[in-house]
Amino acid sequence: MKIIVCVKQVPASSNVDVDPVTGVLKRDGTNVKLNPYDLFALEMAFRLKEDMGGCITALSMGPSSALSSLLETVYMGADKGVLLSDRVFAGSDVQATSYALKCGVNKIGSYDLIICGKQTTDGDTAQVGPELAEQLGIEHASNVISVDSIDGEYITVTLNLDDVYQTQKMKLPCLLTIEKDACTPRLPSFRRKLAAPPDCIQVYTADQLEDIDRSKCGLKGSPTQVERIFPPDSDTKQIIFEGDAETLSKELYSILTSEKIV
Amino acid sequence: MGLIINQKIIDSASAQKLIDLCPFGAIKYDGQLSITSACKMCKMCVKKGPEGAITYEEEDIPKCNKDEWRGVAVFAEQRDGVIHPVSLELIGKARELAAVTGHPVTAVLIGSGTEKAEDILLRHGIDTLYVYDDPQLKNFVISSYACAFTDFIKKTKPSSILVGATSLGRSLAPKVAARVHAGLTADCTMLKMKENTDLVQIRPAFGGNIMAQIVTPNTRPQFCTVRYKIFSSSEPSEPKGKTVRMEVTREMLSGNTEVVRVVEKPREIDISDAEIIVAVGRGLKTKEDISLAKKLADALGAQLACTRPLVESGWFDPKKQIGLSGRTVKPKMIITLGISGSVQFAAGMQNSDKIIAVNEDKDAPIFKFAHYGFIGNLYEIVPDLLKMIEGGKNV
Repeated sequence: MKIIVCVKQVPASSNVDVDPVTGVLKRDGTNVKLNPYDLFALEMAFRLKEDMGGCITALSMGPSSALSSLLETVYMGADKGVLLSDRVFAGSDVQATSYALKCGVNKIGSYDLIICGKQTTDGDTAQVGPELAEQLGIEHASNVISVDSIDGEYITVTLNLDDVYQTQKMKLPCLLTIEKDACTPRLPSFRRKLAAPPDCIQVYTADQLEDIDRSKCGLKGSPTQVERIFPPDSDTKQIIFEGDAETLSKELYSILTSEKIV
Repeated sequence: MGLIINQKIIDSASAQKLIDLCPFGAIKYDGQLSITSACKMCKMCVKKGPEGAITYEEEDIPKCNKDEWRGVAVFAEQRDGVIHPVSLELIGKARELAAVTGHPVTAVLIGSGTEKAEDILLRHGIDTLYVYDDPQLKNFVISSYACAFTDFIKKTKPSSILVGATSLGRSLAPKVAARVHAGLTADCTMLKMKENTDLVQIRPAFGGNIMAQIVTPNTRPQFCTVRYKIFSSSEPSEPKGKTVRMEVTREMLSGNTEVVRVVEKPREIDISDAEIIVAVGRGLKTKEDISLAKKLADALGAQLACTRPLVESGWFDPKKQIGLSGRTVKPKMIITLGISGSVQFAAGMQNSDKIIAVNEDKDAPIFKFAHYGFIGNLYEIVPDLLKMIEGGKNV
């Protein structure tokens, strides 16, 4: 079983701010971590490998700092990592990101299954997985809560569809996005860290992805474009109360009464 | 093409300015200035950097003929013939958007036994409803739904397409958008229409306290998804539109996925449907203190909800989480206790009718959008308040 797990390095905190006067974006870019949702995708892959044998490749697109996140996946259980890193990918929206990942998947070669996290904590879109599947011409299942059975040809999974759980049998190869808390992720192992070969992560620039079409990459390959960024609106019609607890709770009580809550 | 570095006018001082300016740490200087793969093309260096140091050259991007694409289309999600309420909210918004350009509002309905749903959609203001009705479309099979949806787009050429950001919508929209090479923006919290038919899509971005205004300037259709309870449902009236039955071909139904079984989830009161909510955040010191908030919720007949950190620390079930990665709520009243109010949390509740915030930190972002802000300690205010509620109207 050859499994590719797509992962992303995300900011560890959400401290992004716009200076209201200059419009300059301020961000603490030094603290990064592996997207927490990807941990469930990785764990699902590790368990499938334990059952079926095979090879797990972690795939990511991002700056060179993303190397550390790919190494973390190897310390957890991935066999190797592939990082696509190039300025050409700058400004990628969902479509350009999934195109770059498709080129990465083609570079890795054959696969039976691709597993993604449900979404990332920085983009929160949950779209790259399904778009990647479509670009590769395979079917996908989103929000998978369990893999019920698998053989060389088919996989049966159960997915969360808000009001119902749907169990479906899919032909391999296909792509799954894993629901949060579908399994308990393992921690990186110190023993695996010591045993990791120095060349376990391959870094590719766009030039090394032979069949890549640069017009489909980065900002140029992105149909959606960010027109402007701005701090969230604040509602002007508001009342702020300060004072001792007794005053505050009386004011709060009178609001609840006038709103007919009590 | 893209960002051009004018090395000649860059010295170590201006390089340092640019390095400090870049929010993503993507600028390096070693005698020569370079931009690394950490660049996100925010163009902050172009707009705010030393004049002419880094310039942006527009790419030559082929543009489609926007006049060929007409209408605002809504994906009408249904299960067993029952329309998901988010679809009715999208119709309300679609009517507003279409009024700007004078375009029609259409909808695509995919399922089995859809007559009742058709009637409801027409009553909510659909001009033309396109229906793919087949017993094999009863359950959500991604390949079949994607084929029918794509068929609808190719035949009717809608300019904008709105999809509810349900589990189904978030799986289907990207699949179809990728197939028709359309731009897709997830979880929009505001939508506006330009007169040139460009859909202005606003959503939280860069994983932080910041909003991005996103457009799809060169291609059509333009896809977006919107969470449940962000917009208001349109009012039903006499139907004026018509229904068009679309052919469901054998090819549409031939996929590699077979639904084995569908199990209803146990019904419980979802915080998305709650009228009154008491929400707690990191201002809560221990897990045991949840009982204090629970007492208030019970006294007010409210549902108890929480922020992401409390789910991450295992204090609450993820179903009780409000925010971009949790539930979107739109109650008549929400009382937040010890919640600072990150943009992700706000995205999940800012459309609530009345927001009451209790927090010790007067600079907390929640006070920027709460209707009533109480700067104080929840451990003092809540017990006092409970006494007054128990004491009844004579206090």
